Amino acid sequence: MRRNGLNTFGFLKSDRRLLRAEPDFRPMARLLQVNWLYVLLVCLLAGVGYIALYSAGGGSAKPFAGPQMVRFGFGLVMMIAVSLVSPRILRMASVPIYLLSVTLLTLVLRMGHVGKGAERWINLAGMQFQPSEFAKIGLVLMLATWFHRIGNERMGNPLRLIPPALLTLLPVLLVLKEPNLGTATIIGVIGATMFFAAGMRLWQILLLVAPLPFMGKLIYSHLHDYQKARIDTFLHPEHDPLGAGYNIIQSKIALGSGGMWGEGYLHGSQGQLNFLPEKQTDFIFTMIGEEWGFVGGIAVITLLGTLVMGGMLIAIRSRNQFGRLLGLGIAMDFFLYCAVNLSMVMGAIPVGGVPLPLISYGGSAMLTMMFGFGLLMSAWVHRNERDPGTEDDDDD
Amino acid sequence: MFSRNTPFRSRIRQKRQVEPVRSGRGVFTRRALLVMAVQAGVLGVLGRRLYNLQVVDGGHLRQLAERNRTSKRLLAPARGTIHDRFGVALADNKVSWRALLMPEETTDIPAVIERFSQIVPLDEHDRSRIERDLRHVHKYVPVTLHEFLSWDDMARIELNAPSLPGVLVDVGSTRLYPFKDLTAHIVGYVAPPNEEDVAKDTTLSLPGMRVGRAGIEQTQEAVLRGEPGSVEMEVNAVGRVIGEIDRVEGQQGEDVRLTLDSVLQKQVLNRLEDRVASAVVMDCRNGEVMAMVSTPSFDPSLFDSGVSHAQWNEWANDPRTPLVDKAVSGLYPPGSTFKPAVALAALKSGSVTAHDRFNCPGYYDLGGVRFHCWNRWGHGLINMHEGLKYSCDVYFYEVARRCGMDPIQAVGNAMGLGVKLDIELPHVRSGVIPTPEWRQRHGFHWNGGDTVNAGIGQGFVQVTPLALATYVSRIASGRNVQPHLLRATNDQLSPLASLDEAAKVDLPPDYLDVVRGGMFAVVNEPHGTAPKARLDLPGIQMAGKTGSAQVRRVSRALRESGHFNSMNLPWEYRPHALFICFAPYDNPKYAVSVVVEHGNAGADEAAPLAKLIMTDALLRDPASDVRPPAPVSAPATEPAAEGAQPADTASAPASQPTGQGQLDPGAPQ
Repeated sequence: MRRNGLNTFGFLKSDRRLLRAEPDFRPMARLLQVNWLYVLLVCLLAGVGYIALYSAGGGSAKPFAGPQMVRFGFGLVMMIAVSLVSPRILRMASVPIYLLSVTLLTLVLRMGHVGKGAERWINLAGMQFQPSEFAKIGLVLMLATWFHRIGNERMGNPLRLIPPALLTLLPVLLVLKEPNLGTATIIGVIGATMFFAAGMRLWQILLLVAPLPFMGKLIYSHLHDYQKARIDTFLHPEHDPLGAGYNIIQSKIALGSGGMWGEGYLHGSQGQLNFLPEKQTDFIFTMIGEEWGFVGGIAVITLLGTLVMGGMLIAIRSRNQFGRLLGLGIAMDFFLYCAVNLSMVMGAIPVGGVPLPLISYGGSAMLTMMFGFGLLMSAWVHRNERDPGTEDDDDD
Repeated sequence: MFSRNTPFRSRIRQKRQVEPVRSGRGVFTRRALLVMAVQAGVLGVLGRRLYNLQVVDGGHLRQLAERNRTSKRLLAPARGTIHDRFGVALADNKVSWRALLMPEETTDIPAVIERFSQIVPLDEHDRSRIERDLRHVHKYVPVTLHEFLSWDDMARIELNAPSLPGVLVDVGSTRLYPFKDLTAHIVGYVAPPNEEDVAKDTTLSLPGMRVGRAGIEQTQEAVLRGEPGSVEMEVNAVGRVIGEIDRVEGQQGEDVRLTLDSVLQKQVLNRLEDRVASAVVMDCRNGEVMAMVSTPSFDPSLFDSGVSHAQWNEWANDPRTPLVDKAVSGLYPPGSTFKPAVALAALKSGSVTAHDRFNCPGYYDLGGVRFHCWNRWGHGLINMHEGLKYSCDVYFYEVARRCGMDPIQAVGNAMGLGVKLDIELPHVRSGVIPTPEWRQRHGFHWNGGDTVNAGIGQGFVQVTPLALATYVSRIASGRNVQPHLLRATNDQLSPLASLDEAAKVDLPPDYLDVVRGGMFAVVNEPHGTAPKARLDLPGIQMAGKTGSAQVRRVSRALRESGHFNSMNLPWEYRPHALFICFAPYDNPKYAVSVVVEHGNAGADEAAPLAKLIMTDALLRDPASDVRPPAPVSAPATEPAAEGAQPADTASAPASQPTGQGQLDPGAPQ
């Protein structure tokens, strides 16, 4: 029955190698293994989010800040719970999770609620849910499991890379179809980074990167008009100051009016007077920049950067490929969220519906991000589990 | 195990157990570090960009933010008011209401407009304008539904406010002319600014701003308009006002006080009745214009909201030219009223003395052309006094021939004829006293007959009624008075009004006395041409001069047929009737000029009118003689009508200045 090699899903049946090497922690002991410093940083970021949403609500917890904190509390519990889950179980769950996320993406195309010209939302048990957020986590889990399964040794075989490439392309294409260019790109980049970190050979990389410029052209020709318009207004925002370029211009104006020290908490004129569009979601950073100035903005960027770097370090510290790739995938996901959102509000890339994780108002982004942090923390908690039959080619 | 796997595979498995495969951790770490470097680099670039945006470009962007946040609105200044010499308002501001529609505050605009039109009817013109405005403005800019709402309309709109979402009533101001046509030509009117005005002064684009288009409203525009104030408001993204940041009060327009006496003005207008005529009453001692009437007139308040096409065409095509102020823009041949000027010119040039006598046989031959006297039988041998008294044409033909045109022009100009008079009105025409050079400049040869014709104020001579009044004033007072209408601006007397006494005219008093004597004879001596102008007031005599100016050459055949009677001509070919006069003769106070278009004969038509007008002026004299104090604020002379007014002024405004030393009002009628 059990056949190795080209049997794609063969690894699902058992995972003896890992079972053999897994140290036995009791639950309380494992709780102590959680990197509480990292948890503290996550809470700090959520705190920044609360402060910003309080201001976005016009100096009130009512519409945004309060509900967001309830979600965060829920997410925090989930994060800790997930962090205690053994990687073995996570690997087993990865395929159902991936399949679920792809199914949801397909569903959203069929019956999704159209918001802002794109079908992105799905109504799950009365809760608005954005499957593309969930798809990122599903893909990270899926790829980490796959690469873990084949190990670094077999990365040289191109045939081994075709299934994960298809597994990556499927959600990318589905999200692109929604259409949500920003998230599709993020999913693609996460996948590519994981391929890279898993030990893809250099010749393979070169072979893939070479045709990219042509692909770019092809993709642009298939973009929706509104997506093209976004790119155009990004390049020339002043052409249509009250139309599509309005968001970018207003965002820059608000940031500029913050100056070095900011206009003071709850005193940002642009945000408080509603000149800032979507100030509680995508443009929350602008609000922070206006009220707290460059000092506040750079502090938030530093905090975000610390979380990214911390995630990457957790990944590096793991002694098993699954943990490493899981950590890297989550850290990359978080990083791309931050980078795309910040670039967007500073007018560096075209606007796309990408929130600032844990700060922007929104349920599914918050919960999926906390779930992701849970996975990251699980990689940390179980960092010392070695892949059987391997030895570190690095001393550490 | 062996049996279940191929030997090849089992060998690999064995090998693996002996020689562990590389975990890939080293590769991962190196590549993860590379990824981290990229991540750090991206975040660094973003931080750098944030620095640029917030600190480097901060100042510029902050200004943009300030502009975003605040909205500066200009406040229209109240236009200055215009008063007569006693403080009676001739142009005032009245609160008016207009209905505005805020498009963003209503969902169903057509329904709201429909319901609105049931309360205040909107015509097709209004509707198309509203539709156009709605298409062109932002949703947060109000659109005017209807201007100049009545109080009732306003109240009904307020009452129906629940069914009219987005409709609001705004308070504005309209120009009010209480006397309507009475002072239309002098006060003028205001109208909404056109694009040219707005290009020159952008503050005119403010709602409610008006520009003076005629009369004092036009010439005193700079004084009346005032400076707009501004209010800086904090607004949100949809333009709604959140609060007021700063307010700069504007400068109200200054109030203007005229020399005009609205009561006298009304009396003069009543005297002229429905004639097409013009009359000017001037204080001959200082040039103050007490009354200046041009009939027919128009209602200036119609211009504030825009005159309809039909109305405009009616005015523009009326041969009686209601829109033209005939007193300053109407040019007439002075006729015999020019003779005193010719006499003065001849005396001054020394070509004729007052005692030289010339024979009038009823005609005058010059170069084979025969010029007629108005009296076919002639006046005999007469001197200057008699020449003026009889208004003998032949006498003045000879005087003009001897004197020549240049002295006539010089003296005429010195008396205010044929020169631009610096009165505070637009479109003031200077008129003409022709000279051979003037004629040649226009490409014609000057004939001796032209001089002779000019000697009796015919031919090319043209003057305005205001110039005639100025001319009589200068003869009467012997002073170089300047006609003016502006008495004070706010509390400040105008330069002319504060002048104590004008300089003397450049003529010996003897010469003026000769002319004054002749003019006295015209009215008061037997066989004078204007016995109908004799005043009925005890102890007050008037001096004057008639004039009948032909507007059409009378053919020789017609004249010699003996049946010539200008009364038989069509109205527009009849001669103009003119009369100039001053009174009292021994101590002149007022000068009056009357021009009745196509009134036929000065003696019959203009002289009696002048007498009535002069009587009115003299009877009002005691009150108007006292120079009212400059400040407009307190109309000191405003007792409720004391009943001591002449009967025909009953319709005049309530604020009637009266004086103790008034003459018996019953006398003139």
